[in-house]
Amino acid sequence: MKGWIHSVESFGTVDGPGVRMVIFFQGCPMRCAYCHNPDTWGMRQGTLMEAEELLERFRRNRSYYRNGGITATGGEPLWQPDFLMDLFRRAKKEGISTCLDTSGVIFPYRKTETGWETAQSGIHEDIRGYGVRMPFEEYEELFSMTDLVLLDLKHMDSGLHRKLTGHANEAVFAFLEFLAEKEVPVWIRRVAVPGHTDDPEELLQLGEYIGGFPNVKAVEVLPYHTMGRQKYEALGIRYRLEGVPEASEEEARKVREQILKGIRKRRSAG
Amino acid sequence: MQEEWRGFTSGVWEREINTRDFIQKNFSVYEGDESFLAGPTAETEALWEQVLELSKKEREAGGVLDMDTEVISTITSHGPGYLDKAKEKIVGFQTDKPFKRSLQPYGGIRMAAKACSDNGYQIDPQVEEFFTIHRKTHNAGVFDAYTPEMRACRSSHIITGLPDAYGRGRIIGDYRRVALYGVDRLIEDKEDQKASTRTIMYSDVIRDREELSEQIRALKDLKKLGEIYGFDIGRPAANVQEAIQWLYFGYLAAVKEQNGAAMSLGRTSTFLDIYAQRDLKEGRFTEEQIQEFVDHFIMKLRLVKFARTPEYNALFSGDPTWVTESVGGIGIDGRPLVTKMSFRYLHTLQNLGPAPEPNMTVLWSVRLPLAFKRYCAAMSIESSSIQYENDDLMRVAHGDDYAIACCVSSMRIGKEMQFFGARANLAKCLLYAINGGIDEITKKQVAPEYRPITSEYLDYDEVMHKYKEMMKWLARVYVNTLNIIHYMHDKYCYEKLQMALHDKKVTRWFATGVAGLSVVADSLSAIKYAKVKVIRDADGVAVDYEVEGDFPKYGNDDDRVDEIAREVVHTFMQYIKGNHTYRGGIATTSILTITSNVVYGKNTGATPDGRKAGQPFAPGANPMHGRDQHGAIASLASVSKIPFRDAQDGISNTFTVIPGALGKENVVISGDLAVELCEGCCNPVAQSAEPDYGTAE
Repeated sequence: MKGWIHSVESFGTVDGPGVRMVIFFQGCPMRCAYCHNPDTWGMRQGTLMEAEELLERFRRNRSYYRNGGITATGGEPLWQPDFLMDLFRRAKKEGISTCLDTSGVIFPYRKTETGWETAQSGIHEDIRGYGVRMPFEEYEELFSMTDLVLLDLKHMDSGLHRKLTGHANEAVFAFLEFLAEKEVPVWIRRVAVPGHTDDPEELLQLGEYIGGFPNVKAVEVLPYHTMGRQKYEALGIRYRLEGVPEASEEEARKVREQILKGIRKRRSAG
Repeated sequence: MQEEWRGFTSGVWEREINTRDFIQKNFSVYEGDESFLAGPTAETEALWEQVLELSKKEREAGGVLDMDTEVISTITSHGPGYLDKAKEKIVGFQTDKPFKRSLQPYGGIRMAAKACSDNGYQIDPQVEEFFTIHRKTHNAGVFDAYTPEMRACRSSHIITGLPDAYGRGRIIGDYRRVALYGVDRLIEDKEDQKASTRTIMYSDVIRDREELSEQIRALKDLKKLGEIYGFDIGRPAANVQEAIQWLYFGYLAAVKEQNGAAMSLGRTSTFLDIYAQRDLKEGRFTEEQIQEFVDHFIMKLRLVKFARTPEYNALFSGDPTWVTESVGGIGIDGRPLVTKMSFRYLHTLQNLGPAPEPNMTVLWSVRLPLAFKRYCAAMSIESSSIQYENDDLMRVAHGDDYAIACCVSSMRIGKEMQFFGARANLAKCLLYAINGGIDEITKKQVAPEYRPITSEYLDYDEVMHKYKEMMKWLARVYVNTLNIIHYMHDKYCYEKLQMALHDKKVTRWFATGVAGLSVVADSLSAIKYAKVKVIRDADGVAVDYEVEGDFPKYGNDDDRVDEIAREVVHTFMQYIKGNHTYRGGIATTSILTITSNVVYGKNTGATPDGRKAGQPFAPGANPMHGRDQHGAIASLASVSKIPFRDAQDGISNTFTVIPGALGKENVVISGDLAVELCEGCCNPVAQSAEPDYGTAE
């Protein structure tokens, strides 16, 4: 089947292990203040491409991807779940490593004492509004074919999360729980934006939280940069982080160390 | 066994000159990491300080610090030269002092005189007179034989960079032979060769005998060069310091005799490691001492300098010497040819700091030891001074004792040599096809007066047909021009020392080259898939083109255009092969203008891909700037569709990536939790992103 694709980078080395073909999906429900790809926000734009077409590109250059694979990013790949499923199903059939870079905010289920049920909170209303909700069994199938999830956990505080991204964060937590249950390896990502996502208290809290998930295998902190700003100007969108300085490598290191501290605390507590 | 060879495993190498056999029988693979390496000694630091000071003075003086204007450089022309004799563990300069460029007029007296005058020096008038009237040079010989057509091609720049006024270079002597056998044994061997030439004096037999005599004379001079510095290199080297010194004398003699376009070193590290291993085992030297010898050796290689004109430097973007040293690779028996010495060579980039010369070239294979791969990657990140080439591809054609001359030309050391051959401008050739052989800039009839294209819009089949005819003409005049050049170079500027370090029977690669491949591919693609309107001037010469609509562009892994590029290369190569080559040279071609693409573009009119007159070409087999839209692998994929057998002298795809795009360490602070949490440390462990270099170079 066909999906809306923003672009394809044939030589990706920062989105998952090894050299990967990185597929940027078009369309995202999030409006993160620091997003450097605002051109991937809009739905039904870009190029309509067949999953097979993408895999054909991968296959012909497979020798470059020996230790890598494909990464679906965006945009929000889960925004086009059927297409993503088609892509990963075909990839897995050939033994290609699959990696999904997502915000998790679109996940429409939550765990109760009796099992997984449809979530009723506001965020999911929003998502249903777009007419996209994949049955739970299909989520299970999709993630049985996903080798790694890069989960961008933007803020622990739901209110601040909404302020930063336009959506609350309960779905993200539910999603991480789901991944833990299905034993899908996860790398947690955090963009270090000075004054917005680098509060030591919150970072410690984040560390303690993710420390409880044995499937969390790595933490990546990306220093905030302003390279995406021209795109905002070109698209006529107001840039909300005007005046916020870029984060240095040192600051990013500190952010990461703080998260690790939280993880250690949690894991030593058992 | 000779005393100098004590402890070595015997083999055929004892009975015949066979360095490869010696290496294969004696080297020890090193699969460990870089932790054994030693830093620079106080002497190394002091000497390097001195070099930096002299380099600064050289820059301040406008690029040249001193030139010899009287003494013609030969192997024995100058007394010993030193930076600081007491500190130098490896000695020898091209003249009697460092940073003084030698006078080498055999390639062409005008070039030698101009190199002096452009840099503010005046060549001794007697020398100039001697080489103008009494002793002919390579350059003079070539121009005696050139046809008017060849001269026209030269001045219209459809063939550019011909080595007809300077040394051709691209020959690698097996300098290791000097260390392993000593010069006396090499002379003996050459005497035997001379005694066993055929007995009827055909002109090729006469030439062989004369050349072997020249080679023997060069070896005798090489021995004298050792004596000038106080060494007896008639005998084999007895330890690693001597081995490096002997080998370097071999190389030094070559650069004293030849100002070649590329004077590469070969593949020496694994050979030298055999001596280092023995000395470590016998307690003769420490690791620190061995590294010091290597550092001083590399320092000398960094100080190889030639007298050149500003135009030459403009063509090659700088003052390159191409002292290429090939490191690593895999043996045909599957053992990696990686030794501790491979690490020591790369380590000089740390001990002395990064530098473009010597051009450290790692012969990359997916099967290299992981620790070595990691070290290469780390040193690349730190120094940006390592070149990588595909050993898995080249080993098939050249075995496991080949080396790279210049940037990509591969040849078996001591067994193969190359006639270097500049490049044909394929983009200009396309314009000639459209204009019936009239140069689009000078309006002169350069190529034969074929029928020009007169239609308003270009038709693919018509253009392709005429283009092939024009390529056939170009290939002919190009190969014939090179035949003259190499005939005269052998006659008047023979590389006697370098050829003395070759076998008697040598395979000669007849190298050609092409420029402007992506311009041609995109132009033909535009003609085929879009509409290209011709703009002609008052004389009816096509001088510009209007492209209507979009077309597939080379560099995006799109077969529609990549196939055109492949066909052009293959066709041109077939035409090249259809010509007689001097001395039985085997024709190869290369697509690797790494810097001169700017000059080629400047001399070429507007092309049907929308490129304006004078705009630079893309380097080598690169896509045109900004036309590749899917990242590096798609671009590499396009390039790798060009068959290596059609361009065996090398294909390049130069691309620059911001460091962050190559790995995470500095962009994403990432790491493996399991490792970090147990160690409780805060040093990030970079995610392993082992590069796969695929099939392109």
